[in-house]
Amino acid sequence: MTTKMSGARRWFPLAILLTLMFNGTAFAQAPSEGPSPADLKVMLDTLWVMMTAFLVFWMNAGFGCVESGLCRAKNATNILAKNFIVFAFSAIAYWIIGFGIMFAEGNSFLGMGGLLLSGADNSPATGDAYQGIFTSLNWTGVPLLAKFFFQLVFAGTAATIVSGCVAERIHYKSFIIFTLVLAGLSYPITGHWIWGGGWLAAMGMRDFAGSTVVHAVGGWSGLAGILILGPRIGKYRKDGSVQPIPGHSMALVFLGGLILWLGWFGFNPGSTMAADPRAITHVAMTTNLACCMAILSSTLMAWIMLGKPDFSMTVNGALAGLVAITAPCAFVSVTSSAIIGLIAGVIVVFAVLFFDKRKIDDPVGALSVHLANGIWGTLAVGLFATADAPGGGANGLFNGGGFASLQAQAIGTLAVGAFTFALALTAWTIIKLVLGLRVDPEDEERGLDLSEMGMEAYPHDPVRG
Amino acid sequence: MKKLECIIRPHKLEEVRDALDKMDVHGMTVTEVRGFGRQKGHTEHYRGVEYKAEFQPKLKLEILVRDNQVAETMKAVQDAAKTGKFGDGKIFFTDVQDVLRIRTGDRGEQAL
Repeated sequence: MTTKMSGARRWFPLAILLTLMFNGTAFAQAPSEGPSPADLKVMLDTLWVMMTAFLVFWMNAGFGCVESGLCRAKNATNILAKNFIVFAFSAIAYWIIGFGIMFAEGNSFLGMGGLLLSGADNSPATGDAYQGIFTSLNWTGVPLLAKFFFQLVFAGTAATIVSGCVAERIHYKSFIIFTLVLAGLSYPITGHWIWGGGWLAAMGMRDFAGSTVVHAVGGWSGLAGILILGPRIGKYRKDGSVQPIPGHSMALVFLGGLILWLGWFGFNPGSTMAADPRAITHVAMTTNLACCMAILSSTLMAWIMLGKPDFSMTVNGALAGLVAITAPCAFVSVTSSAIIGLIAGVIVVFAVLFFDKRKIDDPVGALSVHLANGIWGTLAVGLFATADAPGGGANGLFNGGGFASLQAQAIGTLAVGAFTFALALTAWTIIKLVLGLRVDPEDEERGLDLSEMGMEAYPHDPVRG
Repeated sequence: MKKLECIIRPHKLEEVRDALDKMDVHGMTVTEVRGFGRQKGHTEHYRGVEYKAEFQPKLKLEILVRDNQVAETMKAVQDAAKTGKFGDGKIFFTDVQDVLRIRTGDRGEQAL
């Protein structure tokens, strides 16, 4: 009895508040039943999309921490500045032309229209009720700007991957120009093929949150940059063996790794673009499990192969698992996600050793994480997909679907890879001829903080008059 | 016995070490130091204001050698650390009265 009384008392203020609110609306208009279920769905979906987009935006902080931590102190300001400014430039390029190329109607290779977000659009109407030029996004019932913002933070992620690949030796301005090309042109074109209703989508290629669309594209662009730049001074000894160049702060790597892990709970579950209880919880589960399994396998691999449980490999492993599960997260079972993650952690360790041996100097392991595992994750859809998962669709090879899905995934991987690599190679070459790409050897040795930025990350307060 | 104090560019450490490894030199002490010579300092910028950072980051190596090793050791360090530009650093050498190895109590050249 007593508890019932106190319960009633607790609800009393709320009852008054509700009465006041309904009285308020009663004054303003005819008695209303409040928002309709359809309105509520738009509200909740929009909240979900925006909240997860904010998480993905915050991944910039994660990338900045991981990359600067894995590089030397003398380049820290430069790398942090790149990771900060890259989002601003991607946002501008993506707003001006990128989003239109990716999602506006056009042909199966290129969207045409949507310049500066112009053009007809009656979002949040969905399906047949949608009238506008961004038909490829008519499946999600949120306002156009929510769609734009969510897609924008993904474009920014692709661009920021490159900064790690080319770290410690590239001119600041040359990197910025490349960012514009990537976010405004390259990323949207291949994105249109898969997410914008283009030819790969028609062929049946699936990439839920962007193992290929975002990560492999960033990786291919970075690989082209690395090949044109060459390795950092001192990375290879005269006899050709690898001279390790340790990063300056594992504390930053730790923090960045966790920020990215958290950010991925926006990246993958947010790609439902709807507050769909079953889908977002399934995706959060597969995302997390793949990450955990990859941490386990990358740490074990490093321990066995390299003799120590190298912490930088543990963090690279976590990111590898996250990248690999990005495409399949909604299409595979929880058990499959564990296998996908397990394999991702093995791939990342071998990839780091492989790239080092081939004199492809990738200071932060971005290729091993984003390129190698972007490819693995995309192919994994064709192997593990099941119609029972929330994403639905065709079964993969291991679930009796035959080779059809795997073939579509493979063709998509190759086509996007070839196109992105060729375009990036061209862009880097033009930038090299016009602006120059690599800093002078002397400046590289002094560090880019002094030579490019004129500002050290960790200045010794100098004794001066 | 002599002590060589070598001020070198930080990124030259590996090369100097490699060069000394090939000789009969069994140890060195490395310290991060700041200072200036003919290279002077460098200019930095902070919020629109240019300022002179008077001291350059360098490394100081301390190497103990027998008297008859001084010339070749200095040559090896010089060859490895040289770029030919201002800021390559200097080598000082001084007499060492005695050395004691803490673990064994060895003295003099025995302790090198």
